[in-house]
Amino acid sequence: MSALKQYLDLFREHRGLIDANSAAPVNALRDEAAHALEKMRLPRRGDENFENIDMEEMLSPDYGLNLQKVDIDVNLDMTFRCEIPVSPQSVLMNINDTFAAAPEAFDSLPDGVDVGSLREFAKLYPQEVSEYYGRIADMSNPIVALDTLLAQDGLYVRVRRGVRLEQPLQLVNILSNAMPLMAVRRVLVIVEDEAECKLLVCDHTQRSDVNLMALETVELAVGERARLDYYNIEESTENTRRLSAVYVSQKASSQVNIDGITLFNGTTRNEYYCRFEGEDARLRLYGMGIEDRQRVLSTYTKIDHAVPRCMSDELFKFTVDDQAIGAFTGRIHVATGAVKTEAYQANRNLVGEGGAKMYSKPQLEIYNDDVKCSHGCAIGQLDPLQVFYMRTRGLTEANARLLLRQAFMADVIAAIDVPSLRDRLHILTERRFAGLGSACGTCPLSDSTSCAK
Amino acid sequence: MLKVTDLHAEINGREILRGINLEVKPGEVHAIMGPNGSGKSTLSMVLAGNPAYTATSGSVEFYGKDLLAMEPEVRSHEGLFLGFQYPVEIPGVSMVNFMRAAVNAKREYFNEPPMTATEFLKMMREKRAVVELDNKLASRSVNEGFSGGEKKRNEIFQMAVLEPKLSILDETDSGLDIDALRVVAEGVNKLKTDNNATIVITHYQRLLDYIKPDFVHILYKGRIVRTGGPELALELEERGYDWIKEENKD
Repeated sequence: MSALKQYLDLFREHRGLIDANSAAPVNALRDEAAHALEKMRLPRRGDENFENIDMEEMLSPDYGLNLQKVDIDVNLDMTFRCEIPVSPQSVLMNINDTFAAAPEAFDSLPDGVDVGSLREFAKLYPQEVSEYYGRIADMSNPIVALDTLLAQDGLYVRVRRGVRLEQPLQLVNILSNAMPLMAVRRVLVIVEDEAECKLLVCDHTQRSDVNLMALETVELAVGERARLDYYNIEESTENTRRLSAVYVSQKASSQVNIDGITLFNGTTRNEYYCRFEGEDARLRLYGMGIEDRQRVLSTYTKIDHAVPRCMSDELFKFTVDDQAIGAFTGRIHVATGAVKTEAYQANRNLVGEGGAKMYSKPQLEIYNDDVKCSHGCAIGQLDPLQVFYMRTRGLTEANARLLLRQAFMADVIAAIDVPSLRDRLHILTERRFAGLGSACGTCPLSDSTSCAK
Repeated sequence: MLKVTDLHAEINGREILRGINLEVKPGEVHAIMGPNGSGKSTLSMVLAGNPAYTATSGSVEFYGKDLLAMEPEVRSHEGLFLGFQYPVEIPGVSMVNFMRAAVNAKREYFNEPPMTATEFLKMMREKRAVVELDNKLASRSVNEGFSGGEKKRNEIFQMAVLEPKLSILDETDSGLDIDALRVVAEGVNKLKTDNNATIVITHYQRLLDYIKPDFVHILYKGRIVRTGGPELALELEERGYDWIKEENKD
């Protein structure tokens, strides 16, 4: 039986339960999702843009699903010790795929900001949620279709016109279960005209000994002259699978800053689809991944310059060591009428010895003449002369390599517009490259022994 | 302090050094001159331990210890410094972090505690003054975007910070205008004591107007073919290298 059939059967059998534990705007798209999936074949390894990842294989294990939304007891206080420093008041959580937050999480929020459970907001304001839910994501993408078929809850953020959220919001996604489980999450962020919001999403896995899967679709709608920063840090385990699709829609003169950081993972597919829908908008799409052992990281990006005078700046950097396999596909599409487009794309990779592999496909399609665009990739190793130079000043070879690898990632971290988070990420990256176990270090959430449930 | 005996070395299977003999004592300044391709830079790379080069025979003693058996960083800790002909750019690593890592690595080697931030910054300030290095450069990435002169000054600045016993300055004068040359040479002279020594590798006599050598060696085809006093450099300036080549025809 194909993996898809398994989930379609499950959906049909438990449709009532799924709908009952969600809300009408979310339920409304399930039939369309099922219909799309019936005609779909999950991408296999070797398919175009799937050089190192097999979705059929990833989804074929019989993961459990928490369709009844049974409460899982998690000590919320522990998240506050996640050392990525934002105001504790704004820490929100998805425990597997159920939204949770301490009541005080909302205390510091100004008027005009709706933050909370997607399920609850969809019940309270069905009209407002339906206007955006599933409208940006593309149902022909299997990640989106499967997510839409099964998702019941997640994070909902709406920053109303002209409201500027000073403090970043922090969402902690926790995967935790004693048995194999698939968490089906949804994130919907609406930043209305002239509003501003920064959202930091940290993905943790609490149990390193259990196979856990995170399936997520993220929709980010950014209004005119609005600004959104979206930072995602994955710090999971080798037994974690992740399929993530992020969809961004940008209105005129908006600014979006995305930074996707994979510190620890198992098998991950990150997809970013960004579309300019109004002129003079700007996008910075950055990311990095540190891959070693048998980890697999596949990144796919698509930037759609559908209208004139927009600017996109894309940079992805990866280090791949041991038997790890990385892949990057970056597509920029500049439409016929999209004159004065500026689009820059770069992918740089350090590949170590020992069988590590990196696939890179930078792609640029331009359908008009009046543009400034560049794209390219580089795959190489640390410069032995740099290492030697540093050793002649007394640094050990290991230390020289550590400093050089940190330096390699410096510009990806520098793109983060929250100074305290930037500083923290420098330390986390250093710890990661130094081989110091869990990157979050002192955070109990990242230590399976201290908070296993 | 340094005793090189019949040193042979190769890179990619090609023999470059063919029996170098050289002895350097504390307080001395040696100049090594020679035409292009004679092995001057190879000698500096082999002494500093560049893994791309292989010493195939001969020996190098540094204060009685086998230098060739040491890792490059250990050679540095033991007091050897190489000023690069082409200082390497390291984008993303700030000069300050680089020097702090270097200083503390040496202290760790000698079982000393790391320098405090205050001590370190004070030392950086003092050492910068030696070569009139701009404070702005110290906060930038190592050598990135530095001009040719700034890179060479930065080499002498690092030498000042690390306080080596033996400094090998590989064509430190190349790419320098006359003012930068003076600053760099004065820096080297300020750092000179009776206990340390310098090997200056150069093409031209002009650097030796500023850094007075006690000995001048001429390197040709991987061997030191002639050794003399400062007058040998002047003779080379006047006559060129052709007579050396003539004398040492195969």
